[in-house]
Amino acid sequence: MATNPKIIVVGGGLAGLAATIKIAEAGGHVDLFSIVPVKRSHSVCAQGGINAAKNLKGEGDTPWQHFDDTIYGGDFLANQPPVKAMCEAAPGIIDLLDRMGVTFNRTPEGLLDFRRFGGTLFNRTAFAGATTGQQLLYALDEQVRRYEAEGRVTKYEHWEFLSGVLDTNRVCRGICAMDLRSMEVRTFPADAIIMATGGIGAIFGKSTNSVVCTGSAQSALYQQGCYYANGEFIQVHPTSIPGEDKLRLMSESARGEGGRVWVPRTKGDKREWKSIPESERWYFLEEWYPKYGNLVPRDVATRAIHKVVYEYDLGIDGQPMVYLDLTHIDRETLNRKLEGILEIYEKFVGDDPRDVPMKIFPGMHYTMGGLWVDFNQATNIKGIFAAGECEYGYHGANRLGANSLVSCIYGGFVAGPQAMLYAKNNSKSTDGVSSTVFDSERKRQEEANASLINSNGTENPFRLWRELGELMTRNCTVIRYNKNLQQTDAKLVEFLERFNHINLSDKSQWANTSFVFTRQLYNMLQLSRVIAQGAAMRNESRGAHYKPDFPDRDDKNFLKTTKAYFAPDADEPRFEFEPVDISLLPPRPRRYDMAK
Amino acid sequence: MAPSGTKTVILKIKRQENPKSSPRWEEFDLTWKPGMNVISAMMEIAANPVTRDGKTTTPITYDSNCLEEVCGSCAMLINGRARMACSALVDKLEQPIRLEPFSKFPVVRDLAVDRSVIFENLKAVKAWVPIDGTYDLGAGLRISPTEQEEAYPVSRCISCCCCMEACPQFNESTGFVGAATIAQVRLFNQHPTGKALKHERLQALMGDGGIQECGFAQNCVEVCPKDIPLTKAIADTGREVMKQAIKDFFRG
Repeated sequence: MATNPKIIVVGGGLAGLAATIKIAEAGGHVDLFSIVPVKRSHSVCAQGGINAAKNLKGEGDTPWQHFDDTIYGGDFLANQPPVKAMCEAAPGIIDLLDRMGVTFNRTPEGLLDFRRFGGTLFNRTAFAGATTGQQLLYALDEQVRRYEAEGRVTKYEHWEFLSGVLDTNRVCRGICAMDLRSMEVRTFPADAIIMATGGIGAIFGKSTNSVVCTGSAQSALYQQGCYYANGEFIQVHPTSIPGEDKLRLMSESARGEGGRVWVPRTKGDKREWKSIPESERWYFLEEWYPKYGNLVPRDVATRAIHKVVYEYDLGIDGQPMVYLDLTHIDRETLNRKLEGILEIYEKFVGDDPRDVPMKIFPGMHYTMGGLWVDFNQATNIKGIFAAGECEYGYHGANRLGANSLVSCIYGGFVAGPQAMLYAKNNSKSTDGVSSTVFDSERKRQEEANASLINSNGTENPFRLWRELGELMTRNCTVIRYNKNLQQTDAKLVEFLERFNHINLSDKSQWANTSFVFTRQLYNMLQLSRVIAQGAAMRNESRGAHYKPDFPDRDDKNFLKTTKAYFAPDADEPRFEFEPVDISLLPPRPRRYDMAK
Repeated sequence: MAPSGTKTVILKIKRQENPKSSPRWEEFDLTWKPGMNVISAMMEIAANPVTRDGKTTTPITYDSNCLEEVCGSCAMLINGRARMACSALVDKLEQPIRLEPFSKFPVVRDLAVDRSVIFENLKAVKAWVPIDGTYDLGAGLRISPTEQEEAYPVSRCISCCCCMEACPQFNESTGFVGAATIAQVRLFNQHPTGKALKHERLQALMGDGGIQECGFAQNCVEVCPKDIPLTKAIADTGREVMKQAIKDFFRG
């Protein structure tokens, strides 16, 4: 029994910091690991806002409505009790963030302002300009810094998680990590660990995710025996700005504030946007979904844009792009509410979206799937908890906009205390675990490093990664066909074989970023198979998972959580299915062309 | 190397293997692509690490993460100017594009430098709101839209350290804390709960390396990628520090 438990938190985004704060506040000690200084985590990229049914607009909004929208938006695949608990906690979380000093936008009376987001008819989204994620992350970062100054948190920044340290009973006793500068591999004991390692965007090559979002840590744990759930559910955001290095997000808040999506009605219309009269513009989302209009959920908007571009061939200038138009809104309003995102467009594209409609296209954005956790954020391996995007719990088959920030913080707020409780109740504390457990894991990782650095093949890891990204984007995003998915998996096996012939052009032992990346690449390849095979197995369409050959949701056969586990001998995933907890809301058809 | 006849981009990159080794320059020519930025150019090099004169080399080490100019990672000197690599569009840069690590921070490798000093500074000035706890204590205090509009731009600081790199006073002999930290003092001292620590923050800015080291060169505000009103924050905070110093003097 550990009286003052030591908990390791891996990842310093919103979920990791939220967990850290709760543990430090309860008297535990946290070793906080992060690839980047925690203030530079991917959570800063969230733009539009955070959902909570505060009902400050006289609309009669309630946490139950928020819960209903979230379950409905996720096409009934999420287990309902934790989602309900999250929606009930959300207003309190907003109050706390407000008390921490988040610069939320205000009403004239000085109250929190709320805007509308996709998949709801309520103004439920609190926001700080168009940089809400940045502001929220900073608030938590500041509180963690306070605990750090008090000695209750020790940060290990520029460290990469390699694996969990499991004892002979397969209980997690700490982690093995690598210093990204000295490349030293070390083990760190802990009474429990919390994974908060975010998204997996790098698997798709270019995405809206940050560079560190490779899913490598989740994949490492999956290969050590953690279940990975609903991996096939990948959110493609309808509005991203195509770029050479990444796809930059254009927040849903642009539509929340009145932005309209359109294309010229005539194929091959070469006129400049201004000279196309209103009657010759096709506002297809408004036409197809009169009730929700431009604010249908992301999967619905993404498929609509795909259809207009690829089936109707109406992309701007024949390119895969549509207009997202804000030019009808006055500059002052745009500056006050959307300045941050408009700046991004201006900086990276060169046009001012206040004067010219933006050109956007869907881009990989978020994974609804992730490490399997129970309702206490515990994975199936004792001592390992998970929170945030790296776990699967809150979004079902599709995440609603502005629900990610709330699920990250809420998940962290549950995981922290649960890890403490687990540590306190664990009959055998980590102090009593033999050092050989740690030594053998360290050796295993050092050997993996040595074999990679000595690998003498011809494959360039960055080029292999590009191929992976193109393959996964083509076959495992918006539209899925079984034949292509099977070919994808076969190709992934081939990539894993090619990985054995990697050639690192940099074999040095100091801040070797390509070496680190190549280790991540291996884990990306393993996790890709979970996505491709999971998608192949699910013969239905639900939320973000769409198969033209199986266009309907099939609750009879597939109202189930996909659970992948790794079979080490076969070196590939195996699958189980688990019923979804639908104890609170009976499933009903999900339609956005009419009020629900 | 770019195939001949294609439009190319030429980069000159200052490289350094580790903190102790001496730097050297390498040149690259890449095939131009529309929308290219400094990051995508370095991604190209990683996929094909060959210099302009055909020598095989290693991928460039640099810090990066969000690539949307909001995480603050990829700061470096680009054509001599402190700025973020992700928002440095190749078409808007004079060639050859010179990339160097920040000069006032210890080099880790190539273009990656150690900027942990900014986080230590934020700790020293207690840049946080001292809340009672994270349990449910109801709504926060009301804040007028005017107050929010004043605080928001400062709260967007990404700790990139461009303002420190560009500041003539930021060097080892002064130990100057730099504009970013002073602006955060201003931000938290303005907050209705945050101002509980106002005195401690102002005191942390007195003495050697404190706010009086500022020489009003105004380079900080010039290079800040987030257009934070840094000189105003320094001026406002300077007045507060002065008032506090006088008060402290009479209290003895």
